[in-house]
Amino acid sequence: MPNDPKKRRSSRILTGNQAAAWAAYLARVQVVSAYPITPQTSIVETLAELLSRAPWPHRFINLESEHSAMASCIGASLAGARVFTATSSQGLLLMHELLHWASGARLPVVLVNVNRAVAPGWNIWADQQDSLSQRDTGFVQIYCETAQEVLDSVIIAYRLAEDVQLPVMVNLDAFFLSHTAEPVEIPSPEEVEGFLPARKPVFRLEVERPRAFGGLIGPEGYQRIREDLARAMDSVLPRMDTIGKGWELSFGRSYSNVEPYRMQDAQLALVASSSVAANSRGVVDDLRSRGVAIGLVRIRTFRPFPKEEILRSLRGVRRVAILDRGFSWGRCGILHQEMQSALYGLAEVDRPKTYGYIIGLGGRDATPELIQEAVQQTLHRENPEPETVWLNANRQAYEPPPRWVSTPSRR
Amino acid sequence: MNHLQGGFLPHRDGEAGAHKETLSPGHLACAGCGLMPAVKLLQQVLGPRTIFVVPACCYSVIDGAYPSSATGMPVMHCAFETAASSASGVRAGLETLGIRDVTVVALAGDGGTFDIGLQALSSAAERNEDILYFCYDNEAYMNTGIQRSSATPRFSWTTTTPEAIPKAERKKDLGAILAAHRIPYFATASLAYPEDLRRKLKTAKEMKGLRVIHYFCPCPTGWKSDPRHMVRLARLAVESRVFPLHEVFEGECWVLNMDPQPVPAGKYLELQGRFGGRTPDQEAAIQKEVDENWKRLMRKVKAC
Repeated sequence: MPNDPKKRRSSRILTGNQAAAWAAYLARVQVVSAYPITPQTSIVETLAELLSRAPWPHRFINLESEHSAMASCIGASLAGARVFTATSSQGLLLMHELLHWASGARLPVVLVNVNRAVAPGWNIWADQQDSLSQRDTGFVQIYCETAQEVLDSVIIAYRLAEDVQLPVMVNLDAFFLSHTAEPVEIPSPEEVEGFLPARKPVFRLEVERPRAFGGLIGPEGYQRIREDLARAMDSVLPRMDTIGKGWELSFGRSYSNVEPYRMQDAQLALVASSSVAANSRGVVDDLRSRGVAIGLVRIRTFRPFPKEEILRSLRGVRRVAILDRGFSWGRCGILHQEMQSALYGLAEVDRPKTYGYIIGLGGRDATPELIQEAVQQTLHRENPEPETVWLNANRQAYEPPPRWVSTPSRR
Repeated sequence: MNHLQGGFLPHRDGEAGAHKETLSPGHLACAGCGLMPAVKLLQQVLGPRTIFVVPACCYSVIDGAYPSSATGMPVMHCAFETAASSASGVRAGLETLGIRDVTVVALAGDGGTFDIGLQALSSAAERNEDILYFCYDNEAYMNTGIQRSSATPRFSWTTTTPEAIPKAERKKDLGAILAAHRIPYFATASLAYPEDLRRKLKTAKEMKGLRVIHYFCPCPTGWKSDPRHMVRLARLAVESRVFPLHEVFEGECWVLNMDPQPVPAGKYLELQGRFGGRTPDQEAAIQKEVDENWKRLMRKVKAC
C-alpha cells in the first residue's frame, strides 16, 4: 500500500536535542521563541533549520532573554497559535515568573528543558536542580531517558497540553541525552497530524469577542481559579494514560507515568529518573543475577506526582533507595522528599524505609559502582541515619591548596 | 518657523472615519487621570480591530476587576517587564493564523517602559516588531503609591525621594534611546493637544513596524495637583518646553510640532505639590535643564 503513512516513517541518528526539534517540527508549531543557552542550543538551531522549509505559516522569534521568550510564547498562545520554546538551567530560572503565568493563564505552552546545573560556579553538565526547583509553577513535568522518548514525549505533550489547557515541560539530561546520538524513528507528518490535529483554542484574543485575560481578581475568584488549576492538574495522569495508549496504538511505543522494572517480589527498590534510571537498570540486572531481590521504579512524570502508581509498584518493598540529582536545601533530595510524602499515608507496617542518596550533581557520572554503593548502604543500614548520603563526594580532591584560602586581613 | 511641521486633524464628534469608543463608565481611574482621554482617542482612531496588551501599571487596575472589563476591546494583561515581548508574541500568533488587520497596542506606564520593560522594548525595536507601543508617562510608579522611576523629573518629590532629598537625577531620554534603534516612528503627545494626538495615532496606525508614542500623562494623585488642572498642566508642560511635542521618523528625521511662546517652568511647577519643596536654586536648575534639553532637541530638528 504505497499511501500507507506508516511506510513513510524514517529512521535517523539523532541526539536528544535534535529529537526535540524534530518533534516540535512534526507538531507543526506556529510560533517558536528562542534564546540560546548551553546545552539547549542545538534544539533551536535544528528547529530553525527545519522550520525554514516548513510550508505552514510560522514565526521564529529570536528574543533577548528567556524571560521574553516565555512572555512571547504566552502572547502567541493566547492569540491562538501552537508555541514552542526550549531552555536550560539559568534560562529556566529566569523564566520562573512566567512559568507561573503560563499555567495560571491555562495556556498549552510546550517547553523543552535540558537539565543542567545551576550557578555558581558555572557548570553546564547534567543536574536536575533547575527543573525540580520549578515543581510548584503549575507545569506538567516529564523526564525522558532516550532520544526516541524525547521525540515521542514532545508530540504527546502537545496533545496533553491542549487537552487539559496546561503547560508541559519535557526534560532531558544535559549531554548524556541532549548530545548523545542514537537511532530514532521519525513518524510521518500524516501520522502525527492524525494523532495531533491543529490546535483548537478554548479561548483566545479575538476582536470579535472582546474579553480581558489575566486582570484584577478578588480573593474569592482567585481561589476558585487556583482550584480549577489544581483540578486540571488532577486530570493529567489519567489523560496521559489515555493519550499514551493512543500513541502506542499508532506508533507501537508505550510510556507510562511510572515505569517499574523487575519489581516482582522486590524487597528493595531504587527510585530514580532520567539517565540515572537508565544506569540503575544495569545495576538491578547485575544484583538480580546475584540473588538480590531488587527492582527499579523510574519516575517519568514528576508533576503531577504519580503517587498511586508509585505505591502500587512498591507494594511489599521494605526499603527504598532514592537517587536524587536535585536538593532542597535544609531538607533532603527533592525526589526523596516527594517519595516520603507519598509513602506517609501508608500504615507503618506497610511503609518502606526511605534512604536518600545524592548522586551525579553537576554532571558527575552516576556510575553503576556508585549506584551499587547506594544499594549496599541501604542493605546494611538498619535505619536511614543519616537521612541523606552524598555519594562519593570525594571532598579531599577538591580541597583548595592552602595558598588559595583567603585569610581575613588584620587592620 | 520653518522647522514646524504637521497639521491638525479637526476633532468633531461623529466625524467620518472616527470609530466609536468602547470604554465603559465605571472604570477605576482616579479623578483627573490624564490617561483616560488618551484611551478614548486610541479607540476612536484605531477602531474595534485592536488588541491591548497591558503590563502591570495603572491601567491594569483601571480596566476593572473580573468579571468586568471597562475597555470593551480584547485586553491581555501581562507581567510587568513583558509589554513589548508579550505584544510581539500576540502579533506573531495572529500572523500565523492569517490575521493581519488587527492593531496590537502595548499600553504601558513609565515604569514598565523606562525601567523594567526597557530590555524587552529594545529587543522589540531591534526586531522592528509590528506593534504600536503607547507609553503613558506619569513620571513615577503611581500604581504602587508614587515611587521614583527613571522618568521622574529632577527635584520631584516621591515617596522614595522625600522632600528633604528629592530626586537628584535627570529624566531618562526615551526618545533618543528609541531613535537610536532607528524605529519607523516615535512621537511625544499630550492630552492638551488632542488634534495633534489624533494625527499621531493616525500616522502610527497607517505605518508598519514598531511605533512608539510617548504620552505625557498628568497624575493629580502622584503630582499632588488639583484634578481640575489636568489639561492645564499638560498644556503648561508643552508651553514651558518641559515636554516638547515632536516626532522622529526612522530615528533620523526629528520634527517639532509645537513651538509656543515659552513660559517659565516655574508656572508649570507651582501647580504641583511634588515640587512644593523646591528652592529658588533648584527651580533655576530645572529651568536650565529645560533650556538645555530644548537646545539639544532643536539641534536635531534643524539638522533634518
